[in-house]
Amino acid sequence: MMALVEVRELVKQFSRRPTPFSRLSIVRAVDGVSFVVEEGETFGLVGESGSGKTTTGRCMLRLIEPTSGQFLFGSRDVFTLTSADMRAARRDMQMVFQDPYASLNPRMRAGAIVEEGLIIHRVGTKQDRQDRVRELFALVGLDPHQLERYPHEFSGGQRQRIGLARALALRPSLIVADEPVSALDVSIQAQIINLFMDLQQALELTLIFIAHDLRLVRHLCTRVAVMYRGRIVEMGRTDDVFREPAHPYTRALLSAVPDPDPASQQPRVTFDPTTSDLQAPLREVGPGHTAAI
Amino acid sequence: MSTVPSPLLLDVRGLTTEFVSAREGAVRVVRAVDGVSLHLARGETLGLVGESGCGKSVTALSIIRLVQPPGRITAGAIIFEGRDLTALGETEMQRVRGARIGFVFQEPMTALNPVFTIGDQIAESLVVHGLAARGPARARAVELLEAVRIPEPGKRAGDYPHQLSGGMRQRALIAAAISCRPSLLIADEPTTALDVTIQAEILDLLREMRAQFGLALLLITHDLGVVAHLADRVAVMYAGRIVEEGPTAAVLSKPAHPYTRGLLASLPGAAPGTRLKAIPGSVPDLSELPAGCAFSPRCADREQRCDVCPPEPTSLTPDHAVRCYLHVKVG
Repeated sequence: MMALVEVRELVKQFSRRPTPFSRLSIVRAVDGVSFVVEEGETFGLVGESGSGKTTTGRCMLRLIEPTSGQFLFGSRDVFTLTSADMRAARRDMQMVFQDPYASLNPRMRAGAIVEEGLIIHRVGTKQDRQDRVRELFALVGLDPHQLERYPHEFSGGQRQRIGLARALALRPSLIVADEPVSALDVSIQAQIINLFMDLQQALELTLIFIAHDLRLVRHLCTRVAVMYRGRIVEMGRTDDVFREPAHPYTRALLSAVPDPDPASQQPRVTFDPTTSDLQAPLREVGPGHTAAI
Repeated sequence: MSTVPSPLLLDVRGLTTEFVSAREGAVRVVRAVDGVSLHLARGETLGLVGESGCGKSVTALSIIRLVQPPGRITAGAIIFEGRDLTALGETEMQRVRGARIGFVFQEPMTALNPVFTIGDQIAESLVVHGLAARGPARARAVELLEAVRIPEPGKRAGDYPHQLSGGMRQRALIAAAISCRPSLLIADEPTTALDVTIQAEILDLLREMRAQFGLALLLITHDLGVVAHLADRVAVMYAGRIVEEGPTAAVLSKPAHPYTRGLLASLPGAAPGTRLKAIPGSVPDLSELPAGCAFSPRCADREQRCDVCPPEPTSLTPDHAVRCYLHVKVG
């Protein structure tokens, strides 16, 4: 295996211009994040709202421009690409969004939504593209007879399947999935998670899974990075991080997940950021397991 | 589902709420809540669990009579503190709502009024219900903010909702809900919009408030983990009906309805990296329900009779009941 993704010291600052009512404010949403993802791996990026996990994913695809840092994607240095080269590179890395209601154009038919990327990248003839769209529909478990329907005619789970078909249309090697099931009903979430696992195996995808649901991350991801206030505070094999969390924040996060087993007596751990050095660098706490302590 | 002789705080019997819509000339009736019976003793917590569109929120809105037209309660009784709320006029209902039954909604930002301070909004309900004059009400609001563990309550009382974080807003909303010392608190997905560590804090707070104020709690959620954490009993809803009801430990450890079993089995937890046991299909459209059991199209244990007529509740133990033919002996 080799590294497909290498993110080095990624920083994203948001600044708000001063107004008569407020001063200039600068927020470091992502503050020096580095990680490596091997080809074919499922890497989890977890954290609470405002931790910078979504911003990290969006910077990688340059949906927002990073402030500084480097993203090596195969042989490409993504942040230095010209916009034309970037457009070409995006064929190979795609995003699946959280809200299946907001991320599909309501005025486009489902088939056209999936085909759009193929048209933009001038793939094949019209017939080729339509065949490909049918194939993608079947791949994600949608009925190809529903190609002509509009997004509102689909359920939430089906819409997320459309979003996945659109992301897969150009045969990317990397998918960044930002909370792809958190807007779905519990009984539907498992279907979509299974689909992710099946497709990843069949298509040899590398998957970055951004999520706040630790149970899902534990199930799906081989490795995980825990983010807190723009930084990675702990990273390692999912099993190691969940079994032996080294950072106090990771411990607090894990203990806060309500366990549906009525017999479980997990003690709650709380995290006090004032007693922890938030600037501490990551250091090795076990094989392939690092923590900012 | 079962009748309990004890003096119940809330006893909902056969509640049915329908929405009528006329589209393309045809009148459609959607029965969002279909013959729901549930009860709460004083100080007890009932978890009402289900997915979106199962009718759990409409059940809550029906209990406080806040279902908006074209929705309407068409059958059933809601006995609360000995009175049938369905028979009360709007003025009398206003004296119950907020004063005797408090409620906490999912999204604190929309439940709070953005142009009034937190303190004013809490004081408001005390004044409206005639429990305090303006001055003392304001002081009481600060006390309540302190009770829900908001730091510097005196200062925070002057804050507007947007100045507070999501967790603090939810705390403020809980303070407002308990301000008039209600005997029942209805919490509709109170932690769904919150981060997991904040969720844990709010659940702790609800537990604490319940003990301190002797509240009965109707907790509406889709999260079985939250229920396991907080509820004495749990009722599982599917397509407008309660399909299983019983003590939390019994329902979660020995689920009887295939839907409850499916929900629990679909949760990630066992063997990482393996396929999850998903429930096939999707949540049904309430306007096109099958003639029999609404879950049967997705059910692995489906029998012929399931498609003919929906099963009636069957008692497994005196306090654990299920609506499923699996537990009804043939003949």
